[in-house]
Formats: sequence, C-alpha cells, structure tokens
Amino acid sequence: MAKANKQVICDVLMDAAKTDKDVVVLCSDSRGSASAAPFANAFPEQFVEVGIAEQDLVGIAAGMARLGKKTYPMSPACFITARSYEQCKVDVAYSNTNVKLIGISGGVSYGALGMSHHSCQDIAAMSAIPNMRVYIPADAPQTEKLMRALLKDNKPAYIRVGRNAVENVYSEDDCPFEMDKATVISHGSDVTLVAAGEMVKPAVEAAKLLEAQGISTAVIDMYCIKPLDSATLLKESASSRLVVSIEEHSIFGGLGSMVAQVIAQHAPKKVVCLALPDEPAPAGTSKEVFTHYGLTGEGIAKTVRENL
Amino acid sequence: MNLKALSYKLRKDVINIIVSGKGGHIGGDMSVMDALVALYFNIMDVTPENYASGKHDHFVMSKGHSVESLYAVLAEKGFFPLEQVLKEFSRFGTKFIGHPNNKLPGIEMNSGALGHGLPVAVGMALACRMDGSSSRVYTFMGDGELAEGSNWEGAMAAANYKLDNLCALIDRNRLQISGCTEDVMALDDLCAKWQAFGWHVISTKDGNDIAELTAAFEQAKQIKGKPTMIIANTIKGKGSPVMENKAGWHHHVPNDEEYRQIMQDLDAAYEEALKNG
Repeated sequence: MAKANKQVICDVLMDAAKTDKDVVVLCSDSRGSASAAPFANAFPEQFVEVGIAEQDLVGIAAGMARLGKKTYPMSPACFITARSYEQCKVDVAYSNTNVKLIGISGGVSYGALGMSHHSCQDIAAMSAIPNMRVYIPADAPQTEKLMRALLKDNKPAYIRVGRNAVENVYSEDDCPFEMDKATVISHGSDVTLVAAGEMVKPAVEAAKLLEAQGISTAVIDMYCIKPLDSATLLKESASSRLVVSIEEHSIFGGLGSMVAQVIAQHAPKKVVCLALPDEPAPAGTSKEVFTHYGLTGEGIAKTVRENL
Repeated sequence: MNLKALSYKLRKDVINIIVSGKGGHIGGDMSVMDALVALYFNIMDVTPENYASGKHDHFVMSKGHSVESLYAVLAEKGFFPLEQVLKEFSRFGTKFIGHPNNKLPGIEMNSGALGHGLPVAVGMALACRMDGSSSRVYTFMGDGELAEGSNWEGAMAAANYKLDNLCALIDRNRLQISGCTEDVMALDDLCAKWQAFGWHVISTKDGNDIAELTAAFEQAKQIKGKPTMIIANTIKGKGSPVMENKAGWHHHVPNDEEYRQIMQDLDAAYEEALKNG
C-alpha cells in the first residue's frame, strides 16, 4: 500500500531539515493527525507546537517566515483554511511570507465526523486570495515532487492532501512532473477529463472504461489548481466535444468553476462539473461518499456517456 | 530638538498627512505617538542603513489603522521623505495606504485587520531565538483590538515559549469607534489579565510621557523568562483639546477651522516642549 500524502510531506520535510535549519514545521495539536510526529521528534528545534489555535498557527508561521524561516504549518484543511482564513489572507498572501500551508485530511476525508470537519470550500476560498497558490497532489510520488519543488521557492502556497493512503496513479520511477504544468496522463479526441487529488485515480479508471467502449478520452491531472494550467487544458481538449471536471470539493468555486471559465472564454463547448453538491455530505468513508455522488470510475464514465 | 518637542512636530505631520489624503485614524495616531517616538528614537536598533540586512530590531503595528503616525516616524527616521507621504497618501495606486504594507521600507508586515500583530510578533521572536539573534521584537496593539480572540492565542504562546525578547504595548486610550471600551466590551482589569497569562506587566502612569515609556521599554529588556506587556495609559487625540478624549475623533478629518485650532495647539505644545523639555 502506498503512503498517505501527508506522510510523504513529513518525509520530504525531514529530509530537507537535515541540511536546512530554516525549515520549520508548526502544528496545532495536530502532529499526530498530520503524521508530523516523526519530524517533531527528530527536529525538536525546528518544530513549533501552538496548541489548538489555528489563527496563532498561521500568524506565528508568517512572523517566522518574515525573518527567513521556511514554515510549514500543518493542520486539518477544514481549520487552517477557515478558522485562520484571515491570517492566510493578510499575514501570508498579502504580506508575501514564505509559508506553505498544509491542509491535511481535506475534502470529506474525515467522513462520519461531519461537515464541521469536511473542507469542501477550501479551494474556492484559498484560490480567491491574490498571491496564494493552490495545489492538490494525487498520490505519493507526485506529492514528493511537488514538495521538493515548493521547498525551492519562497512564495505562499496552500497544499491540500487527504487523510488516508491512496493508490498510486504514478510510480516512483515514472512520475512526470513540471511545476505549475498539468500532467497529461492520456491524450484523447472525444472527451477530456480534468481531475485533481484523489479524483485523478477514478478519472484514469473512467478513461479505461470509455476507451473500451470506443470513446477516446484525455485525462489531465490538474494538481496545480492555481495557477491553473489553461494552456494544457485548451490544448488537450481542443478536439473534445465534452470536458468533465472531477473534484472533491463544492460545486461552487473549485476546479470545475475554473475549468468552465477557461473553456467558456476560449473554446466554448459543453462542460460538466462533477463535484460535491450544495449540501452537507452524508456520513461515511471517502469511498462511500464518492460512490454516493458518482465520483468513481464507473460514475464518471456514466456521466460522460450521458453527455456526449 | 528634544523628543517631546519631536512628538508634537510629528503630530503636526500626521495632521497634514490626514488632511492631504482626506482620511485617517487621527485619535489613535495622537495617543500612540509618544510610544512610537520612545521606541524608534530611544530603544529600537533600526535604521534605513541596517534595514536591508534584516539584522535589526523588529516592529509590527498591530493597530494598523494608526499608520499615519508610523509614516511620520519612519519619514523622520529617513526611510522615505515626508513630502512623498503628503503627496501620495491615500491617492490612487499609492503604496502609502491607510494601513501598513511591507512594500514600503521600514514596514515588515502588513496589517489592518485587528488581532494579527501579536501572533506574528510571537513568530518573529521565535525565529530570533532559533537564530541566536539578540534582536528584540515589538508590537503595538489598540485596546479595543483586544476583543479579538487571536490576541489571547498569541498571549498564551508568548508566555508558553518564555519569549523575553518580545515586548508588546497596548495603547490604552479607553476609546474605540463606538465609544468607551468599557461600555463596548469591558477590558479591565487588563493588568490582571496579562499577568494571569504569564506576562510581565508594566502599567504606565502617563502613556504619553516619553521618559516613562522609555524606562518601561528598558525595564522590559531586563525581564528574563517571560514577555513584557506595557499598558500605556494614553489620551486619545492627545495634543489638542479639540480632539482629546472624544470617540468621534477616531477617524474624523479636521475641517478648516478645526485644523487651524489643532495646529495652533500643537505649535504651542511644541514651543513649550522646546523651552522646558
């Protein structure tokens, strides 16, 4: 089984901290849930615990970053993007501090814990902040590549990962990655699927089902939600009759909204947005919730067939 | 020029900045001016020369709406010309906006939304400690601002981490936009609150007395194992009876008549300070 993406983040940061004393991880009583305990144990001088205080978490991270630290506050996505939204906006994005906000257990990861713990608005909220980048990696190999790229820059970003280990889309040896460029998993001339995070895997599965039925399907992994890679989207979907976005997020303001904007403006054609509807998600595992809303390989393929 | 006289000269600069830009938070600018003068001219090691190196003391204006007073002080320190502030403040496309922003030299963090400065200052103090730096970190907060819960998160963290390189100051002028702080959301006993949070607390007799404020900042440097809070008991609108202790002057822009009277009062205070210190 692959590693959870949050665990990969911890591993990459531990590797970086060995040679860079400015790498700092901060948690809000979240070191366990963030899989950051190994970092805290190995680098106590580069770890800051703030207690259950997410506004403080982000404010402190920003203050440290202003004085040269590379800070990685790690806290549940639901809290770090909502409770501390103003700190993300003012202290991080507006002040342009080198803070990489790590939202763990994003989307409906927390399952039966309910809407208080789901973060299905974080992409819309964070994307609307000027100078904030937004990334949702799909699996462990891509998370590692993304984190290594982010360690090299000094600009704000929000990275959302899920709670559980997910099956790899890519392999350790074969994970094409270019910063801020979408990864084209397959080319296709009939339909283009655009997905991010845990939705990439079902998109790939859908493409297999559709190809078997003679529907030529492109799959784009848009891990870079902002800046959205419009060029790749337009290029890959140029001959498609239909574009379908798939995301673990509210139907409002996420990947689907952004994809639809680009297609509507530059190459008008039908866009269908598969996402979470405007209601509290039912209790259940991520898999159960995804199945309920058709966010599965079969569900995506069905949507494509109905709309082509 | 002695610092008391300078504080009145800078108050006049603030009035001119506000009138030129047709906006600003005049009452808090006047109350916090003496603390800024004490900090920037007696205490902090920060100059336009050492600023780029990053090796200097650090300041975060948590009560960001008092930015006009900060502009006047930074201009006096040589970070930018006062004339530029007067020409640009609040005009289209300017960097001299109505809250601090770090595109300007001398300003490290953007603020404006209240309750942000203390957590940020805690982060700076932690970073200084990690680096083994002897730089100190300062932040000024408003009293009305203390209703924001994030301040108390920062208060806990600063004491938890025993940040004796951090000194905060509350501009305790007892007025906020809707009236008296104790009527809007009672804050007293402020000393007891901060002491209970584990801070060393200094409550000034006169928060507009530069000598007393300087002594408080010096005392803070000697305190080990805990952060220091200076509660500066100030007068909102300090400098002219036209504005003093009037909640309506939180962000009032003086009309011509008020302007003449205020400048006359500030001139008189300036002359008096020049003579008698």
